[in-house]
Amino acid sequence: MKMKFSSDKEYPDLSKHNNHMAKVLTQAMYEKLRSKQTPSGFTLDDVIQTGVDNPGHPFIMTVGCVAGDEETYEVFKELLDPVIEDRHGGYKPSDKHKTDLNSDNLKGGDDLDPKYVLSTRVRTGRSVRGFCLPPHCSRGERRAVEELSIEALASLSGDLKGKYYALKDMTEAEQQQLIDDHFLFDKPVSPLLLSAGMGRDWPDARGIWHNDNKTFLVWVNEEDHLRVISMEKGGNMKEVFKRFCNGLTKIEELFKERKHPFMWNEHLGYVLTCPSNLGTGLRAGVHVKLPKISKNEEFEDILKKLRLQKRGTGGVDTAAEGGIFDISNADRLGFSEVELVQMVVDGVKLLVEMEKRLEKNKSIKDLIPAQK
Amino acid sequence: MPFGNTHNNFKLNYKVEEEYPNLSKHNNHMAKVLTKEIYGKLRDKQTPSGYTLDDVIQTGVDNPGHPFIMTVGCVAGDEESYEVFKDLLDPIISDRHGGYKPTDKHKTDLNFENLKGGDDLDPNYVLSSRVRTGRSIKGFTLPPHNSRGERRLIEKLSVEALTSLDGEFKGKYYPLKSMTDAEQEQLINDHFLFDKPVSPLLTCAGMARDWPDARGIWHNDNKTFLVWVNEEDHLRVISMQQGGNMREVFRRFCVGLQKIEEIFKKHNHGFMWNEHLGFILTCPSNLGTGLRGGVHVKLPKLSTHAKFEEILTRLRLQKRGTGGVDTASVGGVFDISNADRLGSSEVYQVQLVVDGVKLMVEMEKKLEKGESIDSMIPSQKILFLSFILFHVLLCWLVTSWAYLADVSITYFLLKKSNNN
Repeated sequence: MKMKFSSDKEYPDLSKHNNHMAKVLTQAMYEKLRSKQTPSGFTLDDVIQTGVDNPGHPFIMTVGCVAGDEETYEVFKELLDPVIEDRHGGYKPSDKHKTDLNSDNLKGGDDLDPKYVLSTRVRTGRSVRGFCLPPHCSRGERRAVEELSIEALASLSGDLKGKYYALKDMTEAEQQQLIDDHFLFDKPVSPLLLSAGMGRDWPDARGIWHNDNKTFLVWVNEEDHLRVISMEKGGNMKEVFKRFCNGLTKIEELFKERKHPFMWNEHLGYVLTCPSNLGTGLRAGVHVKLPKISKNEEFEDILKKLRLQKRGTGGVDTAAEGGIFDISNADRLGFSEVELVQMVVDGVKLLVEMEKRLEKNKSIKDLIPAQK
Repeated sequence: MPFGNTHNNFKLNYKVEEEYPNLSKHNNHMAKVLTKEIYGKLRDKQTPSGYTLDDVIQTGVDNPGHPFIMTVGCVAGDEESYEVFKDLLDPIISDRHGGYKPTDKHKTDLNFENLKGGDDLDPNYVLSSRVRTGRSIKGFTLPPHNSRGERRLIEKLSVEALTSLDGEFKGKYYPLKSMTDAEQEQLINDHFLFDKPVSPLLTCAGMARDWPDARGIWHNDNKTFLVWVNEEDHLRVISMQQGGNMREVFRRFCVGLQKIEEIFKKHNHGFMWNEHLGFILTCPSNLGTGLRGGVHVKLPKLSTHAKFEEILTRLRLQKRGTGGVDTASVGGVFDISNADRLGSSEVYQVQLVVDGVKLMVEMEKKLEKGESIDSMIPSQKILFLSFILFHVLLCWLVTSWAYLADVSITYFLLKKSNNN
């Protein structure tokens, strides 16, 4: 029925909005794209709904749009290419993205000072080709993704041997353990996710898999089909990244064998629900104590130069507590996995040095880096 | 709603059992009714505007149950939903509305003069009186499904209609998106302002999309007649005032509502109504009159009496907290209103409230004096239609069994006397 109305009557009111979608979506663009849909039926209004419903976020410039399937990035290029360019540092429609999951290529990373670096973590997302993404998938699709994932993960062995916990069958005891391990993900409460339809049918076909060592973890059907996480206490990023690459490559093989490879192309790299996670989808970070440097007036600028970003220790929507920050790579697309983790390793090493200098009341001027 | 899996073209590639929702932990009307068979039968259907079965049930799938109230668990996206998804909605309507059958007819009576009394509820107990209903405008889809263009046109038509009212109904419209802080503060103090829905019952059904675009509040200068535009229904019409003069509140309600309806009819956009379901609204629980007539009343003693719930049930009333449907009561003050919506008229439902509240206040007074209320406890009030049916059935049963008993005894006695 909405097509009966002229585009100016349907065009959303974005006057109070501050997100990437609102910056890019003109009325002319809306008019051009509003009659289109992907083969699975995802429309322009589907893409932008979350951005219309959520005008802006205090801590972070949100993207304001999501993909419902692999084809979204093609059918709605005119909207998504400028959003991608704006979000990913000028990445052009003709650029190619490089994937490098060979952890041997990482230099150092095994000696971050554990007195400052409390924990280390690398995560990424993967989408399974042949299914619609979480904003749009049906219950049948979601369940099929879960089934494939359980099969694939159950065949892992060695230090990757583990167990799957379906959210809907979890016992109280299992739930408490997963919370204590900081593994459990909850039904999304963020309106950014809910407005995009990612909370539908919760907790059907959602679950958590982790290895017996509790160092490798997979979330099934949360914001992406799969979220893969490698983590441990302390500062040995090299080890965390090695396990990450190993596990991920093994899982990818298993999915390929079952004729459902991961969504990937040479322009956008790994295709994920949120345009901000395209490319590597990788966020490598540490929880690090930086009470002094974080109060320094140059802190934001230093982070920017190092191509790092800060978050609170509760995740993307939170603030820092007690001088402990979550420091991670800011980029996702246009750099390889190895390059991004290298930036974190080198950058955090430098920040800890600066913190130590400030503790001794010495200057950090000579340490301030050039823009990467 | 126009997003989500509801228009996913691939879901029909999956078998029914793969798509059928897991309702094992659910407790709402939809979950009680929706079998795999019904799901299989209806899942490939859609209304002319494109509303699907998954759209209808999404809110019930996402919200397994509510502590205070048995939720419906489904919504309509347009007028045709009630027809296309009859197989699901008819049993739900029957369950929710006291056995209302697909062949039943609903009576509308907005003639306030037919109400008896209602102007003398004791203001020492009855703090405020309120009557609300909803109306849907023909030719548009409903809040779970409508587009921005539709919603804006509904707002435009509503504003036109409301600004043409005069006399006691002369008033002003406040669109949510351009409200000043001062206006907002005033509307909150008047208890008029509605906020962006936070209840997952509403947000999962897509009713908060594009907030606050095309939403607003209109009220008359006297602040006794209020219209919400594009919240859970196209229009919510509310008449209210402090104290217990329900008669006056209902008069203003009826008069104002009919004036508004006339104006919409003139523009060829009458209200959605049919003789089976009465007024068509988003939530199946509001079909019929869509009317909730209620009071905020102090019943600290009666509410702790063992038979309180039973009394309410017999009077066909329901209690809520003073914050609205999702809340608990505070300080012994309850929101008491009619439980029924469909199968009886507006006048009948408001009469139940007037008579029932009057009785409960008398009970409260008795309990204050330490006296018993056992003699005052009413018999079960029955919905008019089923009253007749019930009596007919009873008579037939009694007569049949009496006849059968009579014949048997006679035969036996005859036999006995023959044998002697």
